[in-house]
Parts: sequence; structure tokens; C-alpha cells
Amino acid sequence: MQKVSVLLFLAWVCFLFYAGISLFTSGFLLTRLELTNHSSCQEPPGPEPLPLGHRGEPGACWMASRFSRVVLVLIDALRFDFAQPQSSHMPGEPSASLPFLGKLSSLQRILEIQPHRGRLYRSQVDPPTTTMQRLKALTTGSLPTFIDAGSNFASHAIVEDNLIKQLTGAGRRVVFMGDDTWKDLFPGAFSQAFFFPSFNVRDLHTVDNGILEHLYPTMDSGEWDVLIAHFLGVDHCGHKHGPHHPEMAKKLSQMDQVIQGLVERLENDTLLVVAGDHGMTMNGDHGGDSELEVSAALFLYSPTALFPSVPPEEPEVVPQVSLVPTLALLLGLPIPFGNIGEVMTELFSGNKDSQPHTSAMAQASALHLNAQQVSRFLHTYSAATQDLQVKELQRLQSLFSKASADYQRLLQSPQGAEAALQAVIAELQQFLRGARAMCIESWAQFSLVRMAGGATLLAAACFFCLLASQWATSQGFPFHSHRLSVAWGLAGTIIYAGLLATAGLKLDPVVLGAVAAVGSLLPFLWKAWAGWGARRPLAALLPIPGPVLLLLLIRWAAFFSDSFVIAEARATPFLLGSLILLLVAQLHWEGQLLPPKLLAIPRLGPSTPAVPPRHNGMHALGLGVGLLLCTRLAGLFHRCPEETPACRSSPWLSPLATMVGGRAKNLWYGACVGALVALLASVRLWLRRYGNLKSPEPPVLFVRWGLPLMALGIAAYWALASGADEAPPRLRALVAGASVVLPRAVAGLAASGLMLLLWRPVTVLVKAGMGAPRTRTVLTPFLGPPTSQADLDYVAPQIYRHMQEVFRGQLERNNSQGPLTVAAYQLGSVYSAAMVTALTLLAFPLLLLHAERVSLVFLLLFLQSFLLLHLLAAGIPITTPGPFTVPWQAVSAWALMATQTFYSTGHQPVFPAIHWHAAFIGFPEGHGSSIWLPAFLVGANTFASHLLFAVGCPLLLLWPFLCESHGPQKRRQTPRNEAETRVRPEEEEEEEPLMEMRLRNAPHHFSAALLQLGLKYLFVLGVQILACALAAFILRRHLMVWKVFAPKFIFEAVGFIVSSVGLLLGIALVMRVDGAVSSWFKQLVLAQQR
Amino acid sequence: MKDNDIKRLLYAHLLCIFSVILSTFIPSLFLERFSILETHLTWLCICSVFVTAVNLVLYLVVKPNAPSKRSSLSHKVARFLKCCIYFLMSCFCFHVIFVLYGAPLIELVLETFLFAVILSTFTTVPCLCLLGPNIKAWLRVFSRNGVASIWENSLQITTISSFIGSWLGAFPIPLDWERPWQVWPISCTLGATFGYVAGLAVSPLWIYWNRKRLTYKNN
Ligand SMILES: [Zn+2]
Ligand SMILES: [Zn+2]
Repeated sequence: MQKVSVLLFLAWVCFLFYAGISLFTSGFLLTRLELTNHSSCQEPPGPEPLPLGHRGEPGACWMASRFSRVVLVLIDALRFDFAQPQSSHMPGEPSASLPFLGKLSSLQRILEIQPHRGRLYRSQVDPPTTTMQRLKALTTGSLPTFIDAGSNFASHAIVEDNLIKQLTGAGRRVVFMGDDTWKDLFPGAFSQAFFFPSFNVRDLHTVDNGILEHLYPTMDSGEWDVLIAHFLGVDHCGHKHGPHHPEMAKKLSQMDQVIQGLVERLENDTLLVVAGDHGMTMNGDHGGDSELEVSAALFLYSPTALFPSVPPEEPEVVPQVSLVPTLALLLGLPIPFGNIGEVMTELFSGNKDSQPHTSAMAQASALHLNAQQVSRFLHTYSAATQDLQVKELQRLQSLFSKASADYQRLLQSPQGAEAALQAVIAELQQFLRGARAMCIESWAQFSLVRMAGGATLLAAACFFCLLASQWATSQGFPFHSHRLSVAWGLAGTIIYAGLLATAGLKLDPVVLGAVAAVGSLLPFLWKAWAGWGARRPLAALLPIPGPVLLLLLIRWAAFFSDSFVIAEARATPFLLGSLILLLVAQLHWEGQLLPPKLLAIPRLGPSTPAVPPRHNGMHALGLGVGLLLCTRLAGLFHRCPEETPACRSSPWLSPLATMVGGRAKNLWYGACVGALVALLASVRLWLRRYGNLKSPEPPVLFVRWGLPLMALGIAAYWALASGADEAPPRLRALVAGASVVLPRAVAGLAASGLMLLLWRPVTVLVKAGMGAPRTRTVLTPFLGPPTSQADLDYVAPQIYRHMQEVFRGQLERNNSQGPLTVAAYQLGSVYSAAMVTALTLLAFPLLLLHAERVSLVFLLLFLQSFLLLHLLAAGIPITTPGPFTVPWQAVSAWALMATQTFYSTGHQPVFPAIHWHAAFIGFPEGHGSSIWLPAFLVGANTFASHLLFAVGCPLLLLWPFLCESHGPQKRRQTPRNEAETRVRPEEEEEEEPLMEMRLRNAPHHFSAALLQLGLKYLFVLGVQILACALAAFILRRHLMVWKVFAPKFIFEAVGFIVSSVGLLLGIALVMRVDGAVSSWFKQLVLAQQR
Repeated sequence: MKDNDIKRLLYAHLLCIFSVILSTFIPSLFLERFSILETHLTWLCICSVFVTAVNLVLYLVVKPNAPSKRSSLSHKVARFLKCCIYFLMSCFCFHVIFVLYGAPLIELVLETFLFAVILSTFTTVPCLCLLGPNIKAWLRVFSRNGVASIWENSLQITTISSFIGSWLGAFPIPLDWERPWQVWPISCTLGATFGYVAGLAVSPLWIYWNRKRLTYKNN
């Protein structure tokens, strides 16, 4: 079969998986429908007239405005306890020493001295706690859904009705300063705006200082009605240092001064709102729904008395969206159409002198307006989609009509009892809370049909992979029928699209893709069934050996338990270790570990194992122990999930710049550079070991000179990055310039190295081969130049053998003790050499995207995969004429190791744990409006291990052939006994170290083996994504679905896509090398002809 | 192979099972507040001692392996010392393997080591009793077609089932059930014990059912 069609086949299988993933995703991660309706002054929210006396008043809308101006100070990530007053009567409390406690003393002073003017609330934030979602919620009063969480950096203008729109519609001047996320959300809405870049989370001061520069002048100028200041320093300090850093105290004190300054400047008609958009975790991150993330501070203050009563001991908990209707009514604006918040009634009860009855009446009228608006929204929304539960909706509607009727009755008889008024208030509140709860419940609704369809498609693709991988190496594989299948799929898609178009329905690319996938899969499966069922039993479909199957099943089942998903960072090394020990034990059990004489018991008959042991016992055992040791060492670099508070994250995952001690920092820096040098040296040593370093080809020259240059660049960049704050001011510009140039230079070098490798992948010393035409040729059967592939396939091995003989002759003459034949080793490792070079070239830029100390993990990664490959090679027998197969345990171990490295490079499958700082490596100033480049950098950082292991996957096939050279060599060095010495010469004649040329000798089997390897790897990965999808499907009402299962599914899906692309690239590289080797042989043949 | 042999094997195994059960009940007569979970380390020590003692008694009574040719006192002492060293070595090896498998390195060292001791008791002690301090014989027993008697066969089964039991015992640790037995290493030691007991119970039956198929070359 053709090389290209192997790639096409694999790409088609990948497409099947992608179609399944996207179909499932479209059913699982639903977005809320965004209504574009707007509230307006002229149109009351309900059929009843607006409260008496409020119409016609200047500046009044649904209600008379209480404040003409508002200052909204948004302090990003202002957690509730940051603002919580610290009781002074407990001085011995240790928590008082925490840097973030009790720093907002101006709030505390106001709450103590002027209890009627200000109040602190604990605002309950809805997840996801990302800034953009929170800003949407804080202005529209709605609940942004999960799918928006991923688009935090791809802001879009808000289409729903919101406060800013209402303000500008009413002709109020809105002045904004701070976070430039607002620019994307509300383009052109502000009368005056000072935007500052928000993306660089390591910059604590630019935004805040920029705001402070404009805040007081703007305020004093008086040219504003609403002033919004969004400070980012606290949030960025959390991301950079965490809340427990002294820097946080400084930042909060600065915020305190800001509040103090504002309070002094406030006029009587102005309301001050200080709010946090969300909280932060112990590590200073946010995005999830842990208690610390969802509790933010909310503080209201006015120079005139605002509250009739003194604040309660423990601040009241209010939903964050409640601020929206409250502010709207206080400012005399209509409540935004889609709001589901509930007005904070205390703010509508007038001052402390007002009558209880009037204040209750005012509260009831505000609540009634609010309820009418929510009811109208629910009505409109349920008419637009079927998201909301009908029963609950009916219950709420009846509740609302009852409360509304009661309210109307009370309005008719103004002298009604206060108790009745309170009952109406309670009913209205009950309605509002019920509506909010229903919305929260409903906007996690799933499309079950699509989810089931996606999961089925994934399962079918997995089954297909299993079937095809089993079948790929046999002769009867209907390989070319996949083109036919694809044609069928395309035809089906076109028919489907045509049907939809004639019916006038909208085309959904996801469904189209799924139809294409099913349409192409079904004919193939049918054909396979017809071809298979006739000849073989179905039991052969389960080719995975028992213990490996058990391990895979355990791993599969683990995706269904949130505890195991959280503990995957520890469970994966455990499973990997089990697999490694199992491999060693199996080798021993099969008698391949020890020479048979050790096992020689008084036994009769030829019961010795058929395959002679190729490896020393201690060798395999040492490999196993070394692997376990590497796994354990890599496990030291772990980042704890949020859910396990007892766990302590490894301090080694933070960048060196955060370290305080100078000496320790230098030592670590030395260790990191040492790891880099060791990685470089080991790769060079490996290439030299197989002789590929002697070749004058450009990639080899690049390995010799370019790689050290890259390492130097990385080391220099680390030095700059870790000590950037300590640089003297004169050198600042130089340092800044270098930290831009160095990473880009390293990436450029890596790219050029890869280009060179693709251009000339054959790293063989051609000179030696060309120097041998004087001997008479063995190519007698072919007189002309090879015309077809078959000729070449036949000729090439002969040339190869011939060259070996020539070198053997030279060697005997020289009587040297060097490696057997130089050219043989080069040619024997030509595929692996290209793979290893490519992997190293890929690893260096990926390494640069991580924190410095992760370089040790990368070193371990290379070491670990080297050991694993050797261990696996010890268990894989070489079947010389083919078919070649890579056993399942090898593929599963490889996939497990990829997962393990994902965790040991400091990642976790949750959004707050993404290493956003990777986007700034090489771009310290940010990216402007570009989204793709930062997304690419962050993605490369997150899925580095997936990519490396997928690209390196063909090594599993190549390595056993590479290890072949050990056998004869060892035997010569240590002749054990006479019998062996006597046998040796004949054996040497037999066992040429053909190594990877064995693969070339059987090109058909080589292609089949590559196809099989790809299918097996896709199967192992595909089963994982299938498990994640099923877990999300089955456990969609689980408490942890948004916290654990959904992020895990998303990470696993993206990881699958990265891995599959990497796999295709790796196989393509092998094929490129193969093609280059072919043309190399062709040249050689032509040279011999001359 | 005679049914008589299998019967002896069954009785020996029942005695071992009995010793494990006894180790959970007898100490509560002498020690106050003894329970497997709360005073787990004590139980580990006692269980280990009981099982070792029963194994030694069985070894002396049953004498399953062929009598050694040299039987001088000094040889016996040397052999005994060698056994002790092997036992300690296996404890340390297991400890290292547990740490490599993810057990804490610095904290809970005593707990981890006692787990290694109990696992050695279930695996190394029977090996030492049956095969003596002879690594080659051990390696032979634990390879395909390596067993030479029903005793070795049952040794193979109980050892492997002890390993599998302790391996399975690690699985409940990450679960959020917050049970006292999920704490390292209790679930693993319990798993090892259950595995050992299950191996003891199953191996005579298994050998009995497969007695037609099993043919030992030197019997
Ligand atoms: Zn924020
Ligand atoms: Zn943030």
C-alpha cells in the first residue's frame, strides 16, 4: 500500500473522532440564548400602570431616581474577606497577620462610624468566575454560561440589554477607566474612556496607576453621571504572587486610599459602589466555583443616610446580579430586559425617618417592578426556546399572578395592614428567587440527542480502530475501500445538505460533519463485516492481552469518578508503574529475562523457551527500576488540584523569578542549565552512538551547532527572566529587548532546524558508500536503472548488503576494534535519528514556554521514554520478514506516559490552572488584538507532552530494530563459554545488524505496521475521550460536572486533537525519511551504473 | 500426585488462615482499645508475628522440601541467619518499591515500613520456609512451567494473590468517602491480607480441580 494513503487513512479516522467530539460538544456545552429585546422607559414591564406619581417626573422612568450619579469602583478579584472588617478585640488571632486581611480600613471606619450610610455585602457570584462573564453578569443581570468561559480573551460586544446601554440611552454620560475588556464589551458606549491593557497579568501597576492619574481630575471636572473605574492590580497580584504575598497588602492598601479619596470627594446625590467581580483561590487564581472564588465583596456608600437600620453582625449574602436591578431603579432607569436579579430592598426603604408603612410600600413597588420585568423576560424567553422547564414555569407564573393581585389589592386600599404588605414582599421575593433558581437549573440543559449521537460516533470510531488495527497487518485488509467510503460519506453529506436546503433549514456544520462521518464509516464497517465474518471468529476482535486490558479498563473506569479524575496525577504514575513491573514480570515469566541455565531445574524434554533470551536479566530489571525512579521523580513536580486542600503544590513549578533567596536561586538556575546541557549531551551521545553524528548532512550540522546555540539562548533567557527585577536601570532597555529577541530566536532556530530535517532527512555518510564502486556489483539481475518501486525495493537491500560486505572487508584489513560498520549503523538508525532530532528540536521551544525548573521534567521525560523503549524492545521479538507489530502494552504505556508528563509539567485539566503566562514568552508587552498567537503559545505549553509523545510514537515501532545491534556486539565482548564462542562466527554470518533496514526490506509490512501503530494509538486515546464523554453524559447532573467532568472532557478533547495531529506529523516524518532513503538508494544505483 | 498431599496442603492453609483470624481477636483480650483500624500498627506487628510463627511451625512439622544433605548445626544457624537477612532485604525492597509507586517519602515512614513487613511476611516468609534462601529457586518458581510440587504451586498462587491484593488495596485511597480505612497504608495492608487469605483458600481448591492437568516433572 502507498505511504500517502496510510496517512490519508489515518486522517480519515481522525476525522471520525473529530466529528464525534464536535457533535458531543455541541450537545453538551450549550450556550444560553441571548435575547436582543430591550426595556424602555415608555413601556412598563407589565400590564399594570407604573407606580403612582412616578410618571412625568423629570428624570424618572419606571421609578423616580434616588441618585443622579454613581461611582462604581470595580476592584477585580476583591474577595469578600479582603474587605471584611477585622474585629480588633481579638488581637491574638494568627489570621490577622495574613497580608490581605483588614487592609481596607476606610470601609471599616465607615461601617463603624456611619452605619446608616454604608453597608458591606457578601456578594454571591455565579460561576464561571472569569472576568468577562462577571462583567456581563454585572451589567445585564443574567447568567453567562460555561461555554463563554473559554472565550475570555475573545471578547465580544454584549448584545443583550444592559445597564450601560440604558444609561447611554437615557443620555447619561458614562466615563470609564481601567480594564480594556470593557472596550470590547461596550464599544463606543462611553462618553469618555481610559482603557489600559488587561492581558499582562504580571503587570501589577499599569492599569491602577493609569486609573489614578485620571480618576480625581475626572471626578472634579463633574462631566459625568456614571463613573466606572475597574482596577486590576489585586487580581494580577493574585495571579502573580498569590494572596499571601506582602505585595497583596500593598495593593489593598492602595485600594483603600482610593476609596478614602473617593469618599472625601462624594457629593450628596452620588452613590459609591465598591465591588469585586469575583474572588480568588488560595493560589490567587479564579474561574471555577470554589467558595473562595464565588464570594466577592460589595460595598455601598452614600454621604446621605441610605439605610434605615444598622447593619447586621454578619454581612448579608446577596447574589451578584442583584446589583443590576438595584442600580437601575436607584438611577431611575428601566431594569435591563434579561435581568434575573432581585432588588436589594433595604435601599428602597427611604431614610430612617420614614414611616414603616411608606417604606414597606416603596419596597413592594420596587420588587413588583422587578418581578414584572422578570416575568416578562421568562415569558419572552420560553416563547423563544424550550429551555425552561414548563412545570416550574407554570408554578412561577401562578405565584407571580397571585403576588401581583395581592399587590394591586393593597394599592387600592392604602391603609392596609403592614403585615399584608410584608406578605406581598415575601411572595414577590419568593417568585424572584424561584425564577433565578430555575434559570440556573435550566441553562445547564443538554441536547441529549446530540450527546448520545456524539458518544455513539466516538464508540463506533474506537471500535473501528480496534478492528482495523487488528486487520491492518493481514493481507485481506480492504485498504482502498476507504476512498470509496469517503466518497459515500461525501455523497451522503451532499444529499443531506441538499435536503436541508430544499426544506429551507439552517445548515449546521457539526451535523454535516457527523453525517459525513457516519456515511463513510458505515460502508466500511459493512464491508469489513462481510469480509471478516466469513473467515474469522469474533473472538479475535479482542486482541488486547488480559493484563493490559485490565489496566486499560481501570483507567477507563477512573474517568467516571470525580475523585479519580482529581487524583489522576497520582493514579497515572501508579498505573504506569504497574504496567512497567508487569512488563518486567512478564519477561521473567516467559523466561526471557534470565539465561535458561539459571532456570534449569532437573527437567526432561526440550522445555526451554523457543526464543533465546536476548537480554541480561539485570538489564531489564535495571530498566524497570530506572523507569519507576524516573516516574517517581517526575511525580515530585505536581500541582495540586483545588479540591484537595491538604495537598501542597510543588514549589518547583513556579518560575525562578518568584524566588527570594539569591543563593538558592543561583543553585536552581545552575540545575536547570545543567538539565538543558544534559539533555543536549545525551541526544548528541545517542546520535554518536549510532554514528549519525558523523554525517555531513545539514540537519546533523544543525544538531552539532544549532542545538547548543538554542540551549545557550534558553539559558540566557532564563537568566534574564529570573533576574529581570534586579537589573540595574541602565540595562532595563537591553534586558527588555533581549527577553523579546531570545525566545523568538530559539523558536526560529528550531523551525529552521525542522525545515533542514525535512529537506535532507537522511543522515548518512554518503562518501563511504560512494567510495565503493570498484568492487564488482551484485546487482546482476538489473541492468538498467530501477524504473519501478518494486525494482527499487528489490535492489536496495542488495546494495545495502553489498556495502556491508565492503566495509567488513575494510574492517578486517584494518583490524580495528571500532563499531562493526559505520555506514551500517548510520543507515540502520536513519529513521530513529530523524525522529530523535525532530523531537529534540520540538522539545526545546516547548521547554522555553514552561517555567525554568520544568526543564528537569523534560530531561526526565526523555530519559523515561528512552528506558521505556528499551524495556519494550526487550519484550518485542523481531519478526524479520514481517509483519511487524507494536504490542498493545507498548502503546498503552506510551499513552500513560504522555498523561503523566502532562501532570508533571505542572498542568491540571481545569481552566484556572492553565499557564497563561506562556503567552508572554517572547511577547512581554502582550499581543495587541491578536488572539491566535497567544492561544497557540498557551496551547503549546498546555499540550506539550501530548504533542511530543504523539510525534515520537513511531519510535515504538523503530526501537526494537535499533536495539538489535546490541546482541552481536555484546556477545563478542563477553564470550561466556566455549560453546557460545564456537557458535558465534556462524551466528554473525546470520545476524547482520540490519536494524531499521529490515523495515525497508519489507515496505509493504512497514506501511502496514505504521498504520497499525497509528490506529492503536488512536484507539487508546479515543477510548479515553469516549470515557470522558460518557462520564459527562451520564453524570451531567452530578455536583462536579462543571468543576471536574466538563473541564476534563474539554482538555481531553483538545489533547486528542493535538495528539492526533502530532501522530500524523510523526508518521509523515517517517515517511519523508523513507522517501529520502529511497531516492538516496536510487542515486547510489545510478552512481554504480556509471 | 496424591489426594493426600492436597489434604495436607489444605490443612496447612487452614492453619495459616486461622492464624490471621486469631491475630485480630487474641490481642483484644490482652490489650485495651485494640482494633484493626485504630491501632493498626500494633495489629500489623502481631499479624506478622503470628503468620511467621505458623509458617515456621508448618515448616518444621510438614517439611515439604527435600531434606538437605548437610545438616550440621553451624549450617543450620548460617541458613537461619541468611533467612533473616533475606527477610530484612525483602522488607527494604518492598519499602523502596512502595515509595517508587507513590508512597510518601518522608512522612509515615514507619507505616510504610510495616506494610513492607507484612507483605514480606505473606510472601517472603513462605518462600524462605519452602525454598530456603535460594534466589535461583525463587526465580524458578515464579516463571512459566517452573513449579515442581503442589507446595510450590500454592506458594506461587498465594504470593501473587497477596501482591494483587495490596495492589488493589491502593485503589480506594483517592475516593472521597472519608472512611478511616482509606488512610495510607491501611487499605493496602488489608488488601494484602485479604489477598493472602484468598490465595490460601483458593490454591488447594484450584490444585484439586486441576489435579489431572498438573504434572510435576520431578514428582
Ligand atoms: Zn476579574
Ligand atoms: Zn484574574
